[in-house]
Amino acid sequence: MTLATLLSAQVSPATGSFHYASLLVLLPLLGAAVLLLGGRRTNTWGHLLGVAAVLGSFVVAASLFFAMVSRPSESRSIVETLYSGISVGGFSIPIAFRIDPLTICFLLLITGVGSLIHIYSVGYMEHDPNRRRFFGYLNLFIAAMLVLVLADNYALLYVGWEGVGLASYLLIGFYQERPSAATAAKKAFIVNRVGDLGLFIAIMVMFVTFGTVSFDGVFAGVSHTSSTTLNAIGLLLLLGACGKSAQVPLQSWLLDAMEGPTPVSALIHAATMVTAGVYLVARSGAIFSAASIALTAVAIVGTVTLIFGAVIGSAMDDIKKALAGSTMSQIGYMILGVGLGTKGYALGISHLLSHGFFKAGLFLGAGAVMHAMSDRLDMRRFGGLRKFMPITSTTFLLAYLAIIGIPPFSGFFTKDPIIDAAYNSGGYGWIYGVVGQVTAGLTAFYMTRIVAMTFFGPKRWEEDAHPHEAPKSMTIPQIILAVGSVGLGGLLMVGNRLPHFLAPIVGEAEAPNYLSVNTFVTLGLVLIGAGYGWYVYARNEVPLLAPAGGPLTVAARKSLYGDALNEAVFMRPGQYLTRLLVFTDNRIVDGAVNGTAALVGGLSTRARKWQNGFARSYALSMLGGAVVIAAALILVRR
Amino acid sequence: MSLVALATPIVAPTIEYARIAPVLIVLGAALLGVLIEAFVSRPLRRGAQLFVTFIALAVAFWAVVRLHGTSTLAVQGAVAIDGPTLFLQGSVLLLSLVAALLMAEREVDPAGDAFAARASALPGSNEEREFTAMGWTQTEVWPLFLFSVGGMLLFPAANDLLTMFVALEVLSLPLYLLAGMARRRRLLSQEAALKYFVLGAFSSAFFLFGAALLYGFAGTVQFGGIASALSSRAGQTGLVLGGTGLIAVGLLFKVGAAPFHQWTPDVYQGSPTPITAFMAAGTKVAAFGALLRVFYVALGGIRWDWRPMMWTIAILTMVVGVVMALTQQDIKRMLAYSSVAHAGFLLTGVIAVSQRGLGGSMFYLLTYGFTVIGAFAVVSLVRDSAGEATHLSQWAGLGKRSPLLAGIFTVFLLAMAGIPLTSGFAGKFAIFASAVASGDGPLVVVAVLASAAAAFFYIRVIVLMFFSEPAQDGPVVVVPSAFTTIALAVCVAVTVVLGVMPQPVLNLVDQASVFVR
Repeated sequence: MTLATLLSAQVSPATGSFHYASLLVLLPLLGAAVLLLGGRRTNTWGHLLGVAAVLGSFVVAASLFFAMVSRPSESRSIVETLYSGISVGGFSIPIAFRIDPLTICFLLLITGVGSLIHIYSVGYMEHDPNRRRFFGYLNLFIAAMLVLVLADNYALLYVGWEGVGLASYLLIGFYQERPSAATAAKKAFIVNRVGDLGLFIAIMVMFVTFGTVSFDGVFAGVSHTSSTTLNAIGLLLLLGACGKSAQVPLQSWLLDAMEGPTPVSALIHAATMVTAGVYLVARSGAIFSAASIALTAVAIVGTVTLIFGAVIGSAMDDIKKALAGSTMSQIGYMILGVGLGTKGYALGISHLLSHGFFKAGLFLGAGAVMHAMSDRLDMRRFGGLRKFMPITSTTFLLAYLAIIGIPPFSGFFTKDPIIDAAYNSGGYGWIYGVVGQVTAGLTAFYMTRIVAMTFFGPKRWEEDAHPHEAPKSMTIPQIILAVGSVGLGGLLMVGNRLPHFLAPIVGEAEAPNYLSVNTFVTLGLVLIGAGYGWYVYARNEVPLLAPAGGPLTVAARKSLYGDALNEAVFMRPGQYLTRLLVFTDNRIVDGAVNGTAALVGGLSTRARKWQNGFARSYALSMLGGAVVIAAALILVRR
Repeated sequence: MSLVALATPIVAPTIEYARIAPVLIVLGAALLGVLIEAFVSRPLRRGAQLFVTFIALAVAFWAVVRLHGTSTLAVQGAVAIDGPTLFLQGSVLLLSLVAALLMAEREVDPAGDAFAARASALPGSNEEREFTAMGWTQTEVWPLFLFSVGGMLLFPAANDLLTMFVALEVLSLPLYLLAGMARRRRLLSQEAALKYFVLGAFSSAFFLFGAALLYGFAGTVQFGGIASALSSRAGQTGLVLGGTGLIAVGLLFKVGAAPFHQWTPDVYQGSPTPITAFMAAGTKVAAFGALLRVFYVALGGIRWDWRPMMWTIAILTMVVGVVMALTQQDIKRMLAYSSVAHAGFLLTGVIAVSQRGLGGSMFYLLTYGFTVIGAFAVVSLVRDSAGEATHLSQWAGLGKRSPLLAGIFTVFLLAMAGIPLTSGFAGKFAIFASAVASGDGPLVVVAVLASAAAAFFYIRVIVLMFFSEPAQDGPVVVVPSAFTTIALAVCVAVTVVLGVMPQPVLNLVDQASVFVR
C-alpha cells in the first residue's frame, strides 16, 4: 500500500470530545479580540486573560490527546467540518479541522510551550506599558498557528500560514519605537512573502491538477499524476517551507527577527512558527514520497542550512543571534530528516518536538540573563553569572546538554536517528550524514561557547549591571522546559513510541539504532567540539571586543552574506519590476480606467437632463416605453 | 322558458378564511386603527396605534408560519396560497415590522416623529406652526401603513388579474398619502406624493387595459385559465401580446424598472425616510412577487415572446440605475437609483423562468429588503438643524465623528455592492447562477459589469465617510431611541448572517419556490 492510499483511507467524522476542537482556536482568538479591541480598559487584567486563553486551549488539546490514544490506531484521523462556505462550480473550501496523530503533537507543543511562554511573559513584560497589546498579539499567534496545524485543506492551512506571518511581523516590530525593530519586522514580512508566494502557487497548481485542495483529495490524486507536476508542487512547497522555516536561501530574516521581545523569539522564532515548514513537508509526505527530485532538494536544503546556521551561530557575539543561528541549524536537521522521505518524516517531527522544548528553554534562559543584565545582549560583557543566577544557569545547562546531544538528554535521542537515517538512505546519503556529524561537533562548540561566555569565567560586566535571579513566573516555566529537555527525547523515542504513533499519517520509520558506529563517531565529535569550545572560551580570556578573525569568521558575522543574496536576487529586480508596473499602471491602466469613468460620468450628466422633475415628461417616457414594448412584442411575433 | 332555470339559487362563494388569515388580520387591524382615530382620545392614540400595529404584524407573521407547507388555491381561485406567497408574505411582514420601528421613532427629530404634525396645514403657515408647537402627531399614518401592508400581502398572492389590480391599488393608495406627510421639506414631500399618485394612476390604467386584452383573449382573468388558453389556442396574438406588454408596464412601474422608473428618485427623496424605507423594501418584494406569478404562471407558455422584451428592460434598468447613480449628490436619490439597478438585477431572475430563478429572486428580495431599510435608517440619523442632511458633501468625514454609524452604513453599502460575506453577495450569486443555468449568460455578464460599476458609487460614499476631513459645521449623528436601534441591529444582523450562513434560508426558498397552478 502506498502512502497516498494509506492516507486517504481512514477518516472518521468528529464525535465526543472532538466536537470541541474548534475551542482550541476560539479561545485564543477571543482572547486576542478582547485584548486588542478592548483598549486600555483591559490593561489591568489583560495579561491574565491571555494566559487563561492559552491554558484553556492546552486543556482542550490534552483532552483530545487522551481521547485519541483511547481509539484504535487506524481510526485516529478525525475531521470536523465547521462551515461549508459557498461552493463555486465544484470548488469549495470548507472550514474543516483535521485532528490526527501528527496534528495532536503540534497541538500539544503549541499550547503547552505556548502556555509556559505566556506565563513567563507575565514576568518578563511586567514593566512594559504595552503588555496588554503584547499578549493580544501572542494570543493571535497561537490561534493562527493552531489553524495552520488543524487545517484539513491547503487553503485553510494558508490562512493559518499568513496569520502566523502577521503575528510574527507584529511581534518582531513590537518595540516599534526602535527603527531596527521596525526594519526587522518589515524584512521578515517581505522575505516570507517570497516563500508564501511559493506555497500559494503550489496550492493553485494543486487545484488545477487535482480539482481540490483538501488533503485527502490531493493525496488520493497523487498516484495518477505525472512526476513532473508532483516535483513542481514539491519544489514550490519547499520554497514556502524555506521562507517560514528560515532555510537557505531565505534564511536572513531570522537573525533580525531577534529584535522582538525574547519570549517571542522563544515561542515563534524557535519552538513553533519556524517549524511550520517541517510540518508542511511532513504533512505533504504523500506528494514528496512520489516526487524524488523535490525530496532530494528538501534534503539538500536541510543539509546546507544545518551547517550554515552552525557557522553563523559560532561567530555571533549577541546571545540571541547565536541562538538564532542554532535554531536555523537545528531546523536544518529537521528538514534533512523529512527530506529522507518515509524513513525520516517521523524523525524530523520528533526532533522538532524535543527542539521545541530545549530551544525554548535556551531562549527563556537568555531572556532571564538579559533581564538581569539591563537588556544587554553582548556575551563578551557577560561571564560568571552562574553564581548569581543558579536556577537559570542550571536549566540553561540542561538544555545545553540536550541540544548538543549528550545521552540521555533529549537531543541525543532525536538528532542521532536523523544522522543515522541519512547514512542509511543510500546513494549520496552519506554526504548528509558526514555534514550532520561534523555539524554536531560544531553545535557542541558554539553552544559551549555561549555557556562559557555567559555563565563561567570572570565577570566582564559593564558598571551598571546588577545581576539577580528572575522572578518565579519566569523561572518556573524554565524549570518545566528543562524537565522536558531532559526527558522528552527518551520518552518519545525509546521503544520507537512517537514514530509508531505517527505511522498512520507519515508512514512507518525504521527503529533507530543507538549503538551504531555512527553514534559513537558523533559523540566523539561532540566531545571534541565541546572541549575546544571550553578551552578557547573558558580557559582563555575572552577579549571585550571581537578580534578581527579570519575570512570565514568575518563572513559568518555577516551571516554568510544572506542579505547580499536577497538584495541581488529579490530586491533589485523587484525594484525594477515595481518601476515598470508603476509606469504601466499610470499610463495604460489608469488611462483606460479614467477614460471609461469619464465616459460614463459624461453619459450620466447628460442622462440627468431627462430627469427634469416634470411628471408630464415622466408620463411621456412611460408612454413611449409602453408603446415600444407592445409594438416590439407584436412585431417580433410576426 | 321555464322559471325554474332562472330560479337557480346563487351559490355564495366559499372563502377559506384560515388561508387568507394574514391578509385579514392586517386589514382588520387597519380598520381597528381607523376606529381608534375616531374614538380614542388624542393622548392615547399613538400608544393604541403602535400596539395594534405591532401585534397585528406579529400575529399575521405567526399565521403565515402556521400556513407553512400549504399549496392550494383559495377563495374560488382568486388567491393562491403556496410557497412563494407565504415566503413573500413572511418577508413583507418582517420588513414591515422593521419599517414600523423606524416610523415609531420620535427621538431623532426634536419636533417629534418623521411625519407632519398636521398634513392638511399649509406648509409654512401659522396653522402648521401651531400644531407643531402643540406636539400633535398624525397618527393616521398607522392605519394607512397597515392598509398598504395588507395590499402588499395580497399582491403576490393574487391569482387573477382583478384581484391583483385590487391589491395593487390597496397597496398604492395609502403609500401616495404617506409619501406626502414628511415633517421637514413638506413641499418636496407633497410634490413627491402628487407625482407618485399621477404616475401611479397612469400605470394602473396600463395594467387594467392589459388585463382587459388578456380577458378578451382567454375569456377568464384567472392565471390558470389564461395559461391553458395559451396552450390550447394559437392565433389572436395581438390580444395576448398587447395584453402582456401592458400588464408588464403596470408591474414594471411598481418595481421601478426603466423606462418606468423616473418617479423613484423624486418620491424616495421627498417621502418621509421611514416611508421611503418601507416603500423600497416592501413594494419591491410585493411587486416582484406579483410580476413573477403573472409571468411564470399565466404567461409562462409564451415566454419566448416576452423574454426578449424583458432582456431589454433588464439591461436598460441596470444601466440606467447604475449610470444615473454615479453622479447623484443626494444620498436618498443615490439609494433610489441604486434600487432601480437592483430591480434590473432582480429581473434576471424573472427572465430565468425556472424554479431556481424564482428561489433566487425571493432570496434576493429578502436580503435586499433588510439592507435597504437599514440604509435608510442610517440616513434618518444624520441630521442638521433643517432635518436630515442628505447632501453627500455633508457626509464627509462621518467615519471620524461616528465610527459606529459609518461602519454600519458601510456594511449596508458593501451588501448592496454585493461584496462577499454580506447578504448582497449571496443574493446576487443565487440569482445570477439561476440566470446562467437558464442560458442567459450574456445577460449575467452585463449584470456583473453593472454591479462592478455600481460598486464605484457605493464605495465612493465609504471613502467619503472615512477618508475625508469632516466639514466644520457638518451634521450631527443623532442618538436614536430603542426603536431605530433595534431596527438597525436587526438589519445589520440579517445582512451579515445571510452573508455568512445563507444556506438555511436558501434551503427554505428552495422548498418554497413552486407556484400552485
